[in-house]
Amino acid sequence: MAIITVQNLRKQYGDKIAVRDVSFSVEEGEIYGIVGRNGAGKTTTVECVAGLRKPDGGTIRVEADLKQQVGVQLQESAMPDKLRVGEALDLYASFYANPASVTELLDEVGLDPKAGFAKLSGGQRQRLSIALALVGNPRIAILDELTTGLDPQARRETWDLISRIRERGVTVLLVSHFMEEVERLCDRVAVIAGGTVLAVDTPAGLIARTGGVQRVTFRTTVPVESLNSLPEVHSVTVEAGHVTVTGDQNVLRAIVMALPDSAISYLKTETSTMDDAFLALTGE
Amino acid sequence: MAVTAPQVRRLTSVETKLYLREPAVVFFAVGLPIALMLILGGTIPGFRDPDPALGGLRPIDTHLPGMMIILSVLTCAFSLLPTVLVTYRERGILKRMSTTPVSPVTVLGVQLVLNVAMSLFTTVLMLVLANLVYDVPFPQAPLAFTGILLLGMVSSLAIGLLLAALAPTSRIVQGLGMAVFFPSLFFAGVWVPHDLMPDVLRTIAEFTPSGAFGAALVDVLATGSAQWPHVALMAGWGVVATVAAVRFFRWS
Ligand SMILES: Nc1ncnc2c1ncn2[C@@H]1O[C@H](COP(=O)(O)OP(=O)(O)OP(=O)(O)O)[C@@H](O)[C@H]1O
Ligand SMILES: [Mg+2]
Repeated sequence: MAIITVQNLRKQYGDKIAVRDVSFSVEEGEIYGIVGRNGAGKTTTVECVAGLRKPDGGTIRVEADLKQQVGVQLQESAMPDKLRVGEALDLYASFYANPASVTELLDEVGLDPKAGFAKLSGGQRQRLSIALALVGNPRIAILDELTTGLDPQARRETWDLISRIRERGVTVLLVSHFMEEVERLCDRVAVIAGGTVLAVDTPAGLIARTGGVQRVTFRTTVPVESLNSLPEVHSVTVEAGHVTVTGDQNVLRAIVMALPDSAISYLKTETSTMDDAFLALTGE
Repeated sequence: MAVTAPQVRRLTSVETKLYLREPAVVFFAVGLPIALMLILGGTIPGFRDPDPALGGLRPIDTHLPGMMIILSVLTCAFSLLPTVLVTYRERGILKRMSTTPVSPVTVLGVQLVLNVAMSLFTTVLMLVLANLVYDVPFPQAPLAFTGILLLGMVSSLAIGLLLAALAPTSRIVQGLGMAVFFPSLFFAGVWVPHDLMPDVLRTIAEFTPSGAFGAALVDVLATGSAQWPHVALMAGWGVVATVAAVRFFRWS
């Protein structure tokens, strides 16, 4: 059952239309990604869902108590400079009827409870913001640019954290610019551009739409014309001693089965990625 | 959105710590009024001479503590409270809180109560020190005194709340606060006591919220009671400012 349903959402600021016509629905327990270029209307959309901005048109249904059961991580948010991390979490925990354990959260995001907000680095503020979004034990977490500003290690730790909260059945609405993040975490993704939804699919589905092509390059000592007759293969080219074969997801296996092991050296495979899919969908 | 005990307790504790971590806050709201009371009381000629117009009391028993209490209250109302609230709004702190179950009533209420508490603390400490150092008697009508004090605080803070509601940025609210603060001190009688003002000026002054507060506070210290028009004026200003503040207040 859909826990979030957005239909024909429209929002403008003065004359500027930020969201023209956005519809999507999020199933309970899924991690739903929203991607799009800067200014596409992602933040406007999720802040309308969170009840922070008032839509100019369309309907939004959220099957949860917006205040108690929806945790929000805003793209921009600050705390008082002299507030300490532990105090901020204790404070926000006190707002909710059923808060999570502050000690455990502090541990999961790796922050020192005594540190003052003004002295936190950008990434540490981001971690605090994530912890604050989760401190109310939400059923739905709305996370706007979850890992922006985090170092690669912290990013992976945050992904693990999100995977763990998904296992508890939390539904996540995730705005992201990192295609690797989307590919790794999201069950489905909506691509928005110019205030409308261009496509909704699984990450693999999106990649497949824009080719889903595998490219295998290798060197060999044996003739390769026979590869052309394999059903998995699209094309074979030989150039300066390198053979390049394109084909579907199973092309690598087909090549390895068709040629003797010892005949292949220097093998490299490339797959069209979520990045390619994103660029192809949102490119001019 | 209900107001729950844990919310009130935590928010009060956190906001108190935040106030105390700003040395300037403690200095202007607590230290300065008390220090001025002690210094001026000891240095200004005539402040310690009994005045027949005050029924034999001295200015140091009435006018001086009254004015220094008002200095503390107005500092809270026109500087501390609006600056904190507008900075919170400017930085998205109020917006962030609005996504949680905490009620705006709790957030504003805790700020008001803290500022009242700070001025009350200043008042009590000032009266005790004045009593020890200059033999200033404690208010002869403690209930009436407390009533006037609370009414004056609440109406002043309501005006501060209105400033916070109207000002778009923290810079503007600081300017606006000062623009209200200094005339208010004047109308309250901090620089020129009401008795020495020309009649017209005095009448105008006593119609302003701080003027009514100043007059009522000095009266209650000198005679043990205040005049109803002053009380009504404070209440009226308080209600009007509160209604307007609630009407115009924005969370983001
Ligand atoms: N408060 C506002 N007032 C006026 N215009 C706004 C406001 N917020 C957003 N906009 C405009 O609406 C459009 C969509 O903004 P939004 O913040 O939703 O984009 P976004 O997809 O989240 O972008 P980013 O990836 O940069 O965060 C942009 O053109 C932006 O300039
Ligand atoms: Mg955004």
